[in-house]
Amino acid sequence: MTDFTLNKDAEGIATITWDTEGKSMNVMSIQGFSDLSDMVDDALADDAVKGIIITSGKEGSFAGGMDLNVIAKMKDDAGDDPAKGLFDGVMNMHAVLRKIERAGMDPKTNKGGKPIACVMPGTALGIGFEIPLSCHRTFVANNPKAKIGLPEIMVGIFPGAGGTTRLVRKLGAMAAAPFLLQGKLSDPAKAKQAGLIDEVSDDPMADARAWVLSEPNIVKPWDEKGYKMPGGAPYHPAGFMTFLGASVMVHSETQGAFPAAKALLSAVYEGALVPFDTALKIETRWFVHTLLNPSSSAMIRSLFINKEALEKGAVRPADVPDQKVRKIGVLGAGMMGAGIALVSAQAGMEVVLIDRDQAAADKGKAYTATYMDKGIARKKATPEKKEEMLARITATPDLDALKGCDLIIEAVFEDPAVKAEMTKKVEAVIPEDCIFASNTSTLPITDLAKASARPEQFIGIHFFSPVEKMLLVEIIKGEKTGDRAVAKALDYVRQIRKTPIVVNDARFFYCNRCIIPYINEGLRMITEGVSPSLIDNAARQLGFPVGPLQLNDETSIDLGAKIARATKAAMGDDYPDSPGDDLIFWMEAEGRLGRKANAGFYEYDDKGKRTGFWPGLGEKYPLAEDQPDLIEVQERLMFSQVLEAVRALEEGVVMDIREADVGAILAWGFAPWSGGPLSWLDMIGTPYAAERTAALAAKYGTRFETPALLKEMGDKGQSFYTRFAPEAEKAA
Amino acid sequence: MTEAYIYDAVRTPRGKGRKDGALHEVTAARLSAVALNALKERNNLEGHAVEDVIWGNVTQVAEQGACLARTAVLASDLDESIPGLSINRFCASGLEAVNVAANQVRGGAGNGYIAGGVECMSRVPMGSDGGAIAVDPSIAIDNYFVPQGISADIIATKYGFTRDMADAMAVESQRRAKAAWDAGHFSRSIVPVYDVNGLPILTHDEYMRPETDMQSLGALNPSFKQMGEVMPGFDKIAILKYPELERVNHIHHAGNSSGIVDGASAVLIGNKELGEQLGLKPRARIRATAKIGTDPTIMLTGPVPVTEKIMRDSGMQVSDIDLFEVNEAFASVVMRFEQAFNVDHDKVNVNGGSIAMGHPLGATGAMIIGALLDELERSDKELGLATLCIGSGMGAATIIERV
Repeated sequence: MTDFTLNKDAEGIATITWDTEGKSMNVMSIQGFSDLSDMVDDALADDAVKGIIITSGKEGSFAGGMDLNVIAKMKDDAGDDPAKGLFDGVMNMHAVLRKIERAGMDPKTNKGGKPIACVMPGTALGIGFEIPLSCHRTFVANNPKAKIGLPEIMVGIFPGAGGTTRLVRKLGAMAAAPFLLQGKLSDPAKAKQAGLIDEVSDDPMADARAWVLSEPNIVKPWDEKGYKMPGGAPYHPAGFMTFLGASVMVHSETQGAFPAAKALLSAVYEGALVPFDTALKIETRWFVHTLLNPSSSAMIRSLFINKEALEKGAVRPADVPDQKVRKIGVLGAGMMGAGIALVSAQAGMEVVLIDRDQAAADKGKAYTATYMDKGIARKKATPEKKEEMLARITATPDLDALKGCDLIIEAVFEDPAVKAEMTKKVEAVIPEDCIFASNTSTLPITDLAKASARPEQFIGIHFFSPVEKMLLVEIIKGEKTGDRAVAKALDYVRQIRKTPIVVNDARFFYCNRCIIPYINEGLRMITEGVSPSLIDNAARQLGFPVGPLQLNDETSIDLGAKIARATKAAMGDDYPDSPGDDLIFWMEAEGRLGRKANAGFYEYDDKGKRTGFWPGLGEKYPLAEDQPDLIEVQERLMFSQVLEAVRALEEGVVMDIREADVGAILAWGFAPWSGGPLSWLDMIGTPYAAERTAALAAKYGTRFETPALLKEMGDKGQSFYTRFAPEAEKAA
Repeated sequence: MTEAYIYDAVRTPRGKGRKDGALHEVTAARLSAVALNALKERNNLEGHAVEDVIWGNVTQVAEQGACLARTAVLASDLDESIPGLSINRFCASGLEAVNVAANQVRGGAGNGYIAGGVECMSRVPMGSDGGAIAVDPSIAIDNYFVPQGISADIIATKYGFTRDMADAMAVESQRRAKAAWDAGHFSRSIVPVYDVNGLPILTHDEYMRPETDMQSLGALNPSFKQMGEVMPGFDKIAILKYPELERVNHIHHAGNSSGIVDGASAVLIGNKELGEQLGLKPRARIRATAKIGTDPTIMLTGPVPVTEKIMRDSGMQVSDIDLFEVNEAFASVVMRFEQAFNVDHDKVNVNGGSIAMGHPLGATGAMIIGALLDELERSDKELGLATLCIGSGMGAATIIERV
């Protein structure tokens, strides 16, 4: 069984067609590489063959990339000496691609050889673009939806099959940077403009055939004598400035937290100083170094494999038939409701957007109009598309319009009484089988469900703000929530192309349960006199998009104060000591409500740009003479979240560890390099985690006490992904 | 242990390190030869009079490449039997040459050495020798590389030095340098530069701006703000390394940083026998030498730990020292030194420094040894310490004592 077929025709063109069985897009496997190699050998050795075309049997795409499951397993399969196994394996890939590139030319004179063209019907990603890069000319179908590029960096690795070395030599380090360091993808027209590909054509196959038979020059610039890197190699004056700047950019943008970007840059720099084949060897050394870093496997596992599994319904009740949403009712046209209406309309659903009067409802609908206008200005949308979207949304105060809805999402004021009243009123109108969901972020679903006549059809669908940007949706099962409601919520989330996690009902569910202690730890440190810069910078250096103080400004101080008061009221004497509350109440009283007030922990200019910490903070809480080490601040910020994730798992709030990790990264940007909180514990090892938390608890208090589960796992030396492996659970 | 003595010290005037600078027409080998020939003439260095010429030089490419030390010997009137050793410890190269020579003598490797250095900054631009630390990602990222100007501004931010404080120090450096020249304090060491026909090219330090005041400095823009805050954004690297800082205050500019100049200097160092052979009287004893590595990001705080080390090693106290030369690479470097040891500015750089007269990288270390020695003699004091901050995070120091 092979994914490649070779066909030689009367004109002397050998066509190698790639068609991975059972996949909508080609993905490369180890076997595939070996087959491709054999066919290239065959065609090069056959005197009747004048040239070769490599193409895809898939409509609209060349290839989606390497099978990431294969990369994840490569390490394990590499045997006793993984570095050597991986190095040899990757060098074999280089040998195949280099064979294509040299195509039988004489190594000294560059004479001879056969032209090899790549015909790409569309999308070409990762190895699916590295193969074309090794060919002599690329012909891409005029397919504006196609995406071309090297997105490896997004999952914690970098292009390791020559893509890094070839693109830098083709474009120069500066021009190649956005494609390598940011994984920027381009449509064919832009890809041609940037020099990634050679031709965009209405009939790429015909053009490629003509080219192959035209006896073209096939020597790559870097195989010519006197080749000079565009923009200059590192010790050329212009190149020096490029490389100087590149390290600064990579370091500051990654905050030093993503090893892959640094390894990529080292491969580029060291490779730029040596001949091409040596550069490939260097690329391999750094690529293998990246694969051996636990961060890359954790990122691939969470951000690719497990994220996709959750999106495809890994935790969906299997025996419930398709619950696709046709007509959705959104209650409350505030910021959340308006966003939910927008994403639902985008997914093609009929939307009824309800608020107490027509003006309020219209305002919510206008959010979609504004959003689409921005898209039109950026040429991402058209006026027709906007009209189509707006036509799907009915904004009205009239609950009767909800008739015929199959899903309701309630996003009204966070007050149990208001919500209960809405639930009753709406249930009187909607069909009996309609699922009712609440977008509450703080109120227990089980309690809210008490207002429902059909609690088994009542569920939590918790969005994050802003709805259209945030990738995660947290689905909360109340005590009585039934399987059909869960399936409905999951099918809905799939329709709006977001990633779901499903958790059981408990205070703050999963995500907020972890975020709140993180913020509180930051607040507590302020009250101890820790430098605010140190607190937020420590978080950023861990790979968090924002530090706890900035996060507090973004989410607003009064919301934090409100949650603190409500939680205190609900928990009574069980409420843990929290010096951060005093700080937050004081900030609220001072009117420092956060970004929305242009005044919070930070000061802001007229345009809302942060200009620095508010000096009033330092007056109220002067800096302590002795500042803690960066590491200690980081440990406190990290464990304050991670221990909540462990407790959520321990208490059965989180049922699948994949959800704990994927959810943390997507919901609040938890250190993506770590693969998520539980992956991070596996990375540092549970024995060490247990030891450190015990030490932190002794120094800072019971909130850092080692949860029983972690202690037990530490004693046994267990890892989360072994003990709670999803496959093992299924088998059991 | 054998003692190492200083018998003589000379330096050329410093020319502006630009195309219109007076020394721009003079090659590095010839400028070196000016200093070497002066030592030869003043001290009768005939034949194999010294073991080696240890020559500090930072940018060792083009005409400063290929072991400039040996080229300089061959370009001078010294005998060809004297070899040459080029060394590079960035801004302290000249001082390191003195220290290496002293320690060779103390260790018994011959009677005498010439130590010194040269830098023709107008001819061989600073940084034109490349360097992996700035551009090799594995090194630059792991070590939080920033250029020196950013480091100087980090020092100012971390230790609380304001622009006004730095400017005041710069004004004082200019005032002191002018006063020293006017009073002839440098006359014993200065060796004018003449052309091949004996016509003068430069007889005085050319870079000085004695008219400098707070107002004129106030008009200057900070030199490192753009590279720090915008392109490529070095401040972010500074904050990664020093996360307790919210931002970097960019206080340094052309007027409160050392000047880019051309110049050379040379010191004759030897044991007692050398003096006896040549009929010379030792002027000072080299009491102690030290060098150390420090954090490469803040980079320029080296004078503090290296001074602590030299005191520890020699069993001395900072309070024993009568006069200090702390190279004025940037105002904040000197301010940090004075802050750390609570040393009064009246004892530091009393005849002005690199802010006023310029900093010819490879030569400066030996120049400040000469300046320190001259001033100890003039003011009849005993002990002096010379120290410099150094690129990539190092420090070097020397203590001399009059005999």
